[in-house]
Amino acid sequence: MGAKHLGARVKRLEDPALLCGRGRFVDDVKLPGMLHACFARSPHAHAKLVSIDAEAALDLPGVHAVVTASGLPGTMRRTPMPMLLPNPSITAARTQTVLAHDEVCYVGQPVAVVVADTRYIAEDAAAALNVQYDLLNAAGDCRDAIKDGATRAHRDLPSNIASTFRLAYGDTDAAFAGATYIFDEEIWQHRGGGMAIETRAVLASHDPVTDGVTVWSATQTPHLGRRMLADLLGREIETIRMIAPDVGGGFGPKAIFYPEEAAIPAVALKLGRPVKWIEDRREHFLCATQERDQYWSVAIAVDRDGKILGLRGRLLHDTGAFVPWGVIMPYIAAVTVPGPYVIPAYHLDTSVVLTNKVPTTPVRGAGRPQAVFVMERLMDRVARELGLDRAEVRRRNFIQPEQMPYQVGLIFRDGKPLIYDSGDYPKGQAAALDAAGYDSFRDKQRAALEQGRFIGIGLANYVEGTGLGPFEGVTVRVLPSGKVAVASGATNQGQGTRTTLSQIVAEQVGCRISDIVMTLGDTGAIAQGVGAFASRQAVNAGCSALLAGEAVRTRLIALAAHALGVSESDIELEDGQAIATTGNRPSIPFGELARLAQGMPGVSLPAGQAAGLEHTAYYTPPQAAYCSGTHVAEVEVDIMTGGVKVQKYTVAHDSGRVINPIIVEGQVQGGVAHGIGNALLEWMQYDKNAQPLTTSFADYLMPMATDVPTCAIAHIETPNPLNPLGVKGAGEGGTIPAPAAIIAAIEDALSRFDVHFAETPLTPERIVAALRAAGAYEKLLVA
Amino acid sequence: MRKQAARITVNGKSYARVVEPRMTLADFLRHELNFTGTHLGCEHGVCGACTVLVDGRTARSCLMFAVQANGSEVVTVEGLSSDGQLSALQQAFIDNHGLQCGFCTPGMLMTLTELLREKSDPSEQDVREALSGNLCRCTGYAGIVAAALDAARRLRGGAATGAGIDGS
Repeated sequence: MGAKHLGARVKRLEDPALLCGRGRFVDDVKLPGMLHACFARSPHAHAKLVSIDAEAALDLPGVHAVVTASGLPGTMRRTPMPMLLPNPSITAARTQTVLAHDEVCYVGQPVAVVVADTRYIAEDAAAALNVQYDLLNAAGDCRDAIKDGATRAHRDLPSNIASTFRLAYGDTDAAFAGATYIFDEEIWQHRGGGMAIETRAVLASHDPVTDGVTVWSATQTPHLGRRMLADLLGREIETIRMIAPDVGGGFGPKAIFYPEEAAIPAVALKLGRPVKWIEDRREHFLCATQERDQYWSVAIAVDRDGKILGLRGRLLHDTGAFVPWGVIMPYIAAVTVPGPYVIPAYHLDTSVVLTNKVPTTPVRGAGRPQAVFVMERLMDRVARELGLDRAEVRRRNFIQPEQMPYQVGLIFRDGKPLIYDSGDYPKGQAAALDAAGYDSFRDKQRAALEQGRFIGIGLANYVEGTGLGPFEGVTVRVLPSGKVAVASGATNQGQGTRTTLSQIVAEQVGCRISDIVMTLGDTGAIAQGVGAFASRQAVNAGCSALLAGEAVRTRLIALAAHALGVSESDIELEDGQAIATTGNRPSIPFGELARLAQGMPGVSLPAGQAAGLEHTAYYTPPQAAYCSGTHVAEVEVDIMTGGVKVQKYTVAHDSGRVINPIIVEGQVQGGVAHGIGNALLEWMQYDKNAQPLTTSFADYLMPMATDVPTCAIAHIETPNPLNPLGVKGAGEGGTIPAPAAIIAAIEDALSRFDVHFAETPLTPERIVAALRAAGAYEKLLVA
Repeated sequence: MRKQAARITVNGKSYARVVEPRMTLADFLRHELNFTGTHLGCEHGVCGACTVLVDGRTARSCLMFAVQANGSEVVTVEGLSSDGQLSALQQAFIDNHGLQCGFCTPGMLMTLTELLREKSDPSEQDVREALSGNLCRCTGYAGIVAAALDAARRLRGGAATGAGIDGS
């Protein structure tokens, strides 16, 4: 056995079933007697719920029930759903109830669930409900919502401020007083969605024989979901099994626990029949959580060489109507701003504001894309004002590799000091610029301009805290068949988790990858679990797989040495066999060792031998793992239409040791696509009354195959010294700096018109308006 | 609502059902016939996950009623492989990391099956334009485009170019 699996471009084990239509997503699971649910939802952003008349709905043939808040179990009738990440700064710890009972606070908030023989009938019945509302004014814009006397998002709250906090270190006043230059910027990012192609989905079934409730949910976090559901149903956690089967993309919004995940099990229990609910796309636009609405007022102080002296500002975060995931996106944003740069003094005041929009929770990047956009826009500003190359300004301010581990001076979202474990930021930027042809780009740009084409290049750097704890466990068990069962609370929404963990276990245990039987996302398979978010699974579950595999390996060797009568140092494990390296190389298959490890009924095991060939490891990372990277975007802008085409995209990415380059490259490329969407296309629009305007893919534009170039990707591998695999997360880094690099490239393409942008998404209308305001079209006519 | 008869051939086998005229072809395939490989991502004809072949042409099964396909021949993702043997396109998806969560994948495969039938030597731009009616949120399309070009090469008798190795 050698390093044949780790680091290899192993093809994914997930693929064959998915390619043949044999995936098992929630809506593919069918149970006898299953009924179908549809939710009735508030059409108003803010209203008092007066009454619900279900008579006409209940008269429709095939309708089994209309359940409103008062029909839910007492434990969830008026109890707000748990908040997963409480924080002392949260003064309005407001979460929604499963079904609204007196006030609705965003369009789409569920008020009733209708259950029928088919989804078609359930939708008919939901439309037949007569729901009376008294309209209330809505808080639409978070900038207005903080003003004195502003319309309140919740009637009973004294203000719309959910939380305020200050993050600071160093003496910013002195830094600004002593600065040669101070530049300030007003920066805005708008919200979009996760937009997994599979919408959310829940199926629940109660077995009266065992009194067990089984819930299939298209979730990233089944173990967390089970815990929440147990609280809301008032049941023992052991009577609930939550399964995330094949899940069609996650991207964050499937990480939180939703009202529907409580309501569907509740109605299944009430009716004694399995009940399924599949979210439709319009509901996803209305009710699945979103992210990115932030307004920043920031200033940077630099010396005459462009070296940063300090950074200060204010961040306004629109959290929507509730704070189900606490305030971690603005928190992460606030601590991600410094990035790869030495910033001697930093001061940011953050306000988290309630509005009557769907709540915000992490979407791929979770506050980091905004922070990186802010920092990189400021760096570009410094370069422009000082007449320096944009890469050179960054070089002058980089944390150097010899400064690692580098203490930023803030506390990260994991509760630990923000200490970058490792990384080589100058090397990453150099690699990206080299691969992108940055140094020769000006020639190319001039040649294009001579043909009347406006092309530009932009770069952006980031540091990302990944691999957050608390833990993710892995059980490795050798079966009597000789196969190796692996179970983890880690979940798979496309990340290739099964393949990655299989590579690690196969290498440790000495079995074939094809002999691994993997169970992911099933609370029945492992006692504790957390789930997928914060690019955490390779770090948490990966290291647990390593540790569990090592422990099983040790036991296999001990048993085999005993069975074969040789010393442990003379045993090799390969392809599911333990082989003695002495004599005539006798061997024993894993299956036989598994049987030996069971012992015989009534007979004591030999001294020192543990029961069974299995081990469960729960690796607990000491702190976040900080990955980093540089993106370089090359764009062409059609100045007459404002259309932007991303022509070339280059990424240098350091996610530590790479377990499978195919999977990491896929994560980076997919992340960049999401970033292109955020930069140019995806805009969840609301009117001033917080009524959503973009509720279909015809209105809300997603990046298409014609929008996303194939990226050139360079892997910089600085092993993480803090975990045994040396890995860092890779799931979100593709998205995080992309808007910053792309907007910088657009600005560069239009540099002769001196137009500047500080917002995402940057739409063609905005580009044309800026060009018009700058007199660009007159200039062209003169030229 | 008065039900109507629909007789539809799916993957070479004829099925007759009596259904509400408002039942979409997608729901018919998924829930009446259990061909759950066809997925629904938007139900308004944009994402393309539900793409199937109807009489040889791609169609959005979410925008068609089952009764409109009465008498038609439909091919779904389940019909692409035969006797457990993956098609060249399916194999190219594995070899080029053409999928992550796999939810949009059936629609991608059906769209590209039509493209490769019409064009044996498509350019990258041809592939991207053909795919512009299918959304993928996971992959950023690179692996899908590479898989399509690789499959076209294989179908023309060329060597495969996928860079992955089989785990042993």
